[in-house]
Amino acid sequence: MGEFSAKRKIFSFGTMIIGIALMVAGLFMAITLTDFLGIRGELIIAGCILFFVGLYFFPTLKHHRGIINFMFLFPLLFAFVVTVIFPLFIGIGYSFTDWDGITVNKGVGFGNYQRMFGEAQFMWSVLITFLFVIINIILVNLVAFLLALLCTSKLKGLGFFRAAYFVPNLIGGIVLGYIWQFIFSKVITEILNSQASMLVETKTAFIGIVMVYVWQYAGYIMLIYITGLNTVPGDIIEASSIDGANALQTLFKIKIPMIAPTITICTFLTLTSAFKQFDVNLSLTNGTGSVTFMGKYLSKGTSMLAHNIYETAFVNNEYAYGEAKAVFFFIVLAIVSIIQVRVSNKREVEL
Amino acid sequence: MKIKEKTSKVVAKMVVAIIIAIYVLFPFFLVVVNCCKTTDDITANPIGFNGVSFSNFIQNLTDVINNTHFQFWPAFFTSVVVTVLSLVLLALFGAMAAWVICRNKTKWSAVIYFTFIASMIIPFQVVMLPLISSFKDVGNFIGIPMIQSIPGLVFAYLGFGGAMTVFILNGFIKGIPMELEEAASIDGCSPEQTFFIVIFPLLKPVITTITILNGMWIWNDYLLPSILLQQNGPVKTLPVAVQAFVGSYVKQWNLILGAAFLAIIPILILFFFAQKQIMDGMIEGAVKG
Repeated sequence: MGEFSAKRKIFSFGTMIIGIALMVAGLFMAITLTDFLGIRGELIIAGCILFFVGLYFFPTLKHHRGIINFMFLFPLLFAFVVTVIFPLFIGIGYSFTDWDGITVNKGVGFGNYQRMFGEAQFMWSVLITFLFVIINIILVNLVAFLLALLCTSKLKGLGFFRAAYFVPNLIGGIVLGYIWQFIFSKVITEILNSQASMLVETKTAFIGIVMVYVWQYAGYIMLIYITGLNTVPGDIIEASSIDGANALQTLFKIKIPMIAPTITICTFLTLTSAFKQFDVNLSLTNGTGSVTFMGKYLSKGTSMLAHNIYETAFVNNEYAYGEAKAVFFFIVLAIVSIIQVRVSNKREVEL
Repeated sequence: MKIKEKTSKVVAKMVVAIIIAIYVLFPFFLVVVNCCKTTDDITANPIGFNGVSFSNFIQNLTDVINNTHFQFWPAFFTSVVVTVLSLVLLALFGAMAAWVICRNKTKWSAVIYFTFIASMIIPFQVVMLPLISSFKDVGNFIGIPMIQSIPGLVFAYLGFGGAMTVFILNGFIKGIPMELEEAASIDGCSPEQTFFIVIFPLLKPVITTITILNGMWIWNDYLLPSILLQQNGPVKTLPVAVQAFVGSYVKQWNLILGAAFLAIIPILILFFFAQKQIMDGMIEGAVKG
């Protein structure tokens, strides 16, 4: 430590001590609620910054790299722990209680979990979410793949078509939902000369959500398929055409097997995205639609899982119950993700 | 004979491509056309050009902009501030964190990296309810509001965007040769100088990618800001303002479509100028994520 001047040592230790003192003062004011000038938060933040400044000038060569590592990691890691990790664990804890958003009175064990499997509305939401996911995996991938084939063939203005098909993906689900609400309730009724919007009936409203979703998402998946198709070497396709393969044979025997990894990526992307679908669901139908299920009349026939969790918590104010549903949602997604990792790893080994 | 066949095929493909493009872009056309009509004209004929006039267009847009429920300009600036701040901080802190994680072969950095990766499967719904209550508590505790405030929202985006940002950056930094840093260190660079002078400028292409991915997500995100800023709070982002505006009105389609027009036009202009970068960024994010 001999190579550091006394000034630097004093500066480093001094700022660190002042920083700690400010943080302690701020925390003290926060805990005892004797808020002086209302600056307790600012004191804590200023103290924290001063402490870091002092730490940066800490007179050491050996540990300087370690200090930098800590300071570089801290901001992002702190935000990550506070917004993701910490809420995740207390959330899981809350799902076993009667939490109402403010206080917890008592634990209820698996009560919330038992309750949701007996709730007709929730089971209906699970059912239509799975239906929605399956339909979209097939439709989005099929449409996107056909679009990709179109956009990789020799065509004038390809750049324009690619961009045009991708445009719906740029716009947020809330705004899209309202635009399509207008189309379904005003334009399509005008074209078909019918009185009722298709969003009124549960079945047709569900089809409406699927339509909007495919319209929005296929352009994005198309881009990934285009990237995949472009990796298929041209000489292989040429060789197959010399061997006398027609376009369909080339497609099924060469192109599709060669872009199998892309198909895996796109399938899982569509799966997780469709599963989490919320914005369009909210703005297009807000879940409305009548249906009879498990012997009960339900008024939220198009409410999918994410929307059902939202309604449970914010409309019915049942926070703990909503959290339990969210944990269920999480478990399903986690299982899907584990399967995805398994499948992709297996593919990589095979290749 | 063969050439003729080919041209007919190309023409057929072209026709199909154009029809699909019309279908895909038709909703946008409807938004623009109906922005130029009065409510009565929209109800009478929502498709055609009857009743379209530029003065209606101006009238509808000024009505929307001056609407007290919508408050377009405050919402627009909130969206811009939140998005830009979050993107800058995510790029800077993300690069710093990814560099440390990538260049330190210790148990700790492996654990942190794995936690980041694993957290990407956590759906927002699981954390949103405890997040609001803990943000409220922390805000009360330190006296700086965390909900209904821009700093709180930016902080949340830093947390939620961190994992994917670190993941993509980490993949890129791995490919930068270690010798570069060793040379810098021999030349007398301290670790932080090495990072900011040598490494950070090299990250430009990958930072473009993460900025596009995060930017698209943050600009269009609805659920997180609607919960942290709340529907009737003093500050709103554009999607939250659109939802609050439409929710508070009986279907006045000329105003709703005017709001939709204002909400989509900034991003369409951006797309027009940075088409290639945006599409490439989206592809890269998908293939790596």
